[in-house]
Amino acid sequence: MISLRFIPIWRRNALVWRKLAAPSILGNLADPMIYMLGLGYGLGSLLPLVDGVPYIAFLAAGTLCFSTANSATFEALYSAFSRMHVQKSWDAIMAAPITLDDIVVAELVWAASKSFLSGLAILLVVWGLGLSTSWLSLWALAVIPLVGLCFGALALVITALAPSYDFFMYYFTLVITPMTMLCGVFFPTERLPEAFQIAANLLPLTHATLLARPLLLGAAPQDVALHVAVLAVYAAAGFALALALFRRRLAR
Amino acid sequence: MASILSVRDLRKSYGEHEVVSGVSLAVERGQCFGLLGPNGAGKTTTLRLCLGLTEPDAGSIELAGEPVPARAREARTRVGVVPQMDNLDPDFTASENLLVYGRYFGLKEADIRARIPQLLEFAGLTGRGESRIQTLSGGMKRRLTLARALVNDPDILFMDEPTTGLDPQARHLIWERLKQLLAQGKTILLTTHIMDEAERLCHRLAIMDRGRIIAEESPRRMIERHIEPEVIEVYGEGVAQWAAGAVRGTASRVEQSGETVFFYATDARPLLSHLEDERSLRYLHRPANLEDVFLKLTGRELRD
Repeated sequence: MISLRFIPIWRRNALVWRKLAAPSILGNLADPMIYMLGLGYGLGSLLPLVDGVPYIAFLAAGTLCFSTANSATFEALYSAFSRMHVQKSWDAIMAAPITLDDIVVAELVWAASKSFLSGLAILLVVWGLGLSTSWLSLWALAVIPLVGLCFGALALVITALAPSYDFFMYYFTLVITPMTMLCGVFFPTERLPEAFQIAANLLPLTHATLLARPLLLGAAPQDVALHVAVLAVYAAAGFALALALFRRRLAR
Repeated sequence: MASILSVRDLRKSYGEHEVVSGVSLAVERGQCFGLLGPNGAGKTTTLRLCLGLTEPDAGSIELAGEPVPARAREARTRVGVVPQMDNLDPDFTASENLLVYGRYFGLKEADIRARIPQLLEFAGLTGRGESRIQTLSGGMKRRLTLARALVNDPDILFMDEPTTGLDPQARHLIWERLKQLLAQGKTILLTTHIMDEAERLCHRLAIMDRGRIIAEESPRRMIERHIEPEVIEVYGEGVAQWAAGAVRGTASRVEQSGETVFFYATDARPLLSHLEDERSLRYLHRPANLEDVFLKLTGRELRD
């Protein structure tokens, strides 16, 4: 089922991206950076140490995970939906010797690739500001693609169900925004009431921050296998469900 | 002659509604085969089934020597598709569209680049390779879509209403290009609403209605078999009463559509002599054409 035929589609998306790179980089980088620096230094100046480090150093890992997840989500929602539904690029591709499965693989890998650039950009700034000085932080480069694949796959499920762009607002309001509050992006999950903590443990972004934060702060994360497994299971299940839904929608 | 596409007893339902109800057809190499039918007749679904983009409920399909849908992907390496709606990549130039599309066929980058000037020339777009898609006219986009369908040098072209929405000049240019392709030995399977197009291009026609093929022949034979050779269209004030009066029996078949009465006859002279005396009515005397056959077989009521 999975083949390398997704590569020419990935290259198509990359060529479009190269043409429109400047505004896209600005949006991917500037927005999370403003939040990280503004909240990190501004709000951080009012706070004592958070988990034993200055707030901005705490926030760095949260920003990294959130901005990677957000970038993969946007690409797999809005951009994939335009290619599928508005521009009918998928129809054009399926008339060639390429199957729907190849296209869905290409969308997932592309969303992960693009979010990797967003994550990497944040990481470079974090390193540049000296917020993370440990060699262990290099392992974040392995966490970023996993987060990208996970959130790309989940977003593709929503795209497969979406009648129009408006539908994506539900996903942001009901899924993504609550996750940013529950999953240890801006503050430790332990600060929440117990019921919320239990819920947070079921969500993938929690496991992303539990991996990335220690790595950026120079410590080995605990329960690595569990966190990786949760992200991988969300990615695999999301992809399988998205594929089934796309088949139902387009190969009828 | 060997068939490049053969379809037997094809069926496809969506829910309760059977869209394709037992279609069989064979397209010979080098032919232009036209699929005609009103909106919703099942033409586009039939094309999608033949390309392996939809699974049939029953029936067998062989395309370019491969069973479909089992080996549809392999079959599509030999096929070019011109869809009903242009789906060129709006972010790319004309050349980039061809290059990116060629990659989907696994063609080598250098081979595609070498073919691009030729394809642009065929599309009448020499010098427009670097133009963005938005700057091209409707006719140019259609021709580029045709060129894109040729990037893999296919044996057979699938064209879903190739000239719908084009002005007459653009339409004639597409027809001329399609004739060129047929002269090169390519096979074309097209759907159309434009009877003129079917009559000019197709060696063989199938008329499809409500999921079935209700007639299949060459355009000329189809006209001979299904319709009287002469048609007189009469219109004007009081035409309905006039047609019900003295002229009854001068034509073998009479149909009314809006303000016009159509008389179908083997010999039109008696009716024409009646019309000489009717100053208030206007008329057109012409040989029967494919549209007459189409309307006779599929009826005059609207299909939406």
